[in-house]
Amino acid sequence: MPTSVMPTSKPEGGQQPLAAVTALGLRKAYGDKTVLDGIDLRIPAGSVFALLGPNGAGKTTTVQILSTLISADGGQAQVAGHDIAASPDGVRAAIGVTGQFSAVDGLITGEENMLLMADLHHLPRRDGRRVAAELLARFDLTEAAKKPASTYSGGMKRRLDIAMTLVGSPRIIFLDEPTTGLDPRARHTMWAIIRALVSDGVTVLLTTQYLDEADELADRIAVLDGGRIVAEGTAEELKRLIPGGHVRLRFTDPAAYRGAATALRDVARHDETLVLQISSDGSQRELRAILDRLDAAGIEADELTVHTPDLDDVFFALTGGSAGGTARRHAPDPQDTPDPRNAPDPRDTPGQPKENVR
Amino acid sequence: MSSLSLAVRDASTMLRRNLLHARRYPSMTLNLLLTPVMLLLLFVYVFGDTMSAGIGTGGAGRSAYLAYLVPGILLLTIGGTTIGSAVSVSTDMTEGIIARFRTMAIHRGSVLIGHVVGSVLQCMASVVLVGAVGVAIGFRSSGATVVDWVLAAGLLTLVSLALTWIAVGMGLSSPTAEAASNNATPLIFLPLISSTFVPVHAMPGWFQPVAEYQPFTPAVETLRGLLLGTHIGHNGWLAVAWCVALTALGYFWSKARYDNPATR
Ligand SMILES: Nc1ncnc2c1ncn2[C@@H]1O[C@H](COP(=O)(O)OP(=O)(O)OP(=O)(O)O)[C@@H](O)[C@H]1O
Ligand SMILES: [Mg+2]
Repeated sequence: MPTSVMPTSKPEGGQQPLAAVTALGLRKAYGDKTVLDGIDLRIPAGSVFALLGPNGAGKTTTVQILSTLISADGGQAQVAGHDIAASPDGVRAAIGVTGQFSAVDGLITGEENMLLMADLHHLPRRDGRRVAAELLARFDLTEAAKKPASTYSGGMKRRLDIAMTLVGSPRIIFLDEPTTGLDPRARHTMWAIIRALVSDGVTVLLTTQYLDEADELADRIAVLDGGRIVAEGTAEELKRLIPGGHVRLRFTDPAAYRGAATALRDVARHDETLVLQISSDGSQRELRAILDRLDAAGIEADELTVHTPDLDDVFFALTGGSAGGTARRHAPDPQDTPDPRNAPDPRDTPGQPKENVR
Repeated sequence: MSSLSLAVRDASTMLRRNLLHARRYPSMTLNLLLTPVMLLLLFVYVFGDTMSAGIGTGGAGRSAYLAYLVPGILLLTIGGTTIGSAVSVSTDMTEGIIARFRTMAIHRGSVLIGHVVGSVLQCMASVVLVGAVGVAIGFRSSGATVVDWVLAAGLLTLVSLALTWIAVGMGLSSPTAEAASNNATPLIFLPLISSTFVPVHAMPGWFQPVAEYQPFTPAVETLRGLLLGTHIGHNGWLAVAWCVALTALGYFWSKARYDNPATR
């Protein structure tokens, strides 16, 4: 049960925030391929929840189940207080969905797409026109409003897609990779829009492959891998789950490299690349200690970089298989990582094993 | 809102969407009219005299054959138009917006009902256009009363509805537009091998059952009877029965396909 391990939901903590979405043991298989293997979620109303995971982790499948597009093979879920299986129309009335793939009608104009949504939400004609015009302006689409949506660029289509989702003022919004394919400026605009939604009290479930996006937007993050949630918590909590930062020293002279490896203790060696890695929190004191030792040995490194853990490390550490080779070097084996769902509080996680090089 | 008025409202929204598509891209609709008009002109002006002599319309020649031909051509027009419906349904189902509709609190059947009503309207418009060509080159109904005209219009609507539902089922079962167009070929092929061009009794004996026991022949004979005063007999009931059966079949088929998109 995920609720029991969440630091924010300690029983003595009094009133729990109302959940907008809860899921318990969601399962889905296509043929004999298990895609979701027991997903538990609890998303407090008014918060942003990010599902983070590599390709094929099951993010889209989770969104599709919660938005009543497909049915789960097992488990149960409530969205806005409605059971997804028993009362799908209750769920549908409360949610807005922007799927991973464009859901606009390319044959008609952007404005017609918006008015179509207004009609389907049964808005009075005049309100529909007003809402459509407002949203088109907010998403910078007023100029293109009279052009067929098929002529839009990828980013414009994405914006139209999300504008259409907002027509009925849904209280819960699912965004499957909302910023994939957007340029940096459009991405930041999208983030601002998502923050504005949240300040209006809207609950957002978003999926993403961008760790900075989850870091930036989400109150809580669940890392999904191979159809299981392998970690859940705030960005800070997740970062604490994996080994701390390190200092990297790069050499061009093999002799200097070997000398440094002897002079410094607790180093991880990369003999092929002549790189040394020292566990460190990156503080001034620790850096000075390293530099003093090198000076004492009369060795000069060609490059020194300080690496603090970020969500990328979490991603590579927690999501198996597909993690790239370079990342493995400073990430522990996934099996070594304590399952955060069994840990009462990630802060209590005992000292992580030292980084090891393979 | 009651569920009926919700259904009507959502379906008419969907209908408006389809009409918008058809209006913006009229070439498809017009292309489908080409086949029946060409067949009409070809058979009247090129084969007309021979055909007329061959089926023994009493030597009145081309104009008699024109009268014989038009009712079948009108039904063939409907068949051709519904091929377009199969294609547009199949194309529509590949559009991402359908997934969006499925996550909205709208009447579930409204997407299909919008397609069906749009297609029937398109069939009727096509029938009027092709009928106008027929009249322009000399077709006249002989002694049809107002009741006959109303019944004829009713029959054409019923056939449009039946073939549309079948076409929608075909469209939903076809992964691509090309597949839909191929799968829907019988809709234009069956009227070609019905009594549209020659009476069933003038066909080779082995072929007669093929022409006889299919939906178009009774419909053609009934329409002919209504417009030209020929004998209808049991064809009237047969035509209505075919239409009802095809509508029901197409409806349940389409519904099953729409509710289980994964099986496409
Ligand atoms: N309709 C389907 N039939 C068969 N397998 C499917 C189907 N839909 C998804 N899958 C499989 O389920 C797994 C999870 O897919 P899903 O789309 O949920 O992943 P995702 O996390 O959204 O990935 P991405 O980041 O690439 O969007 C994949 O292995 C995919 O091949
Ligand atoms: Mg996905």
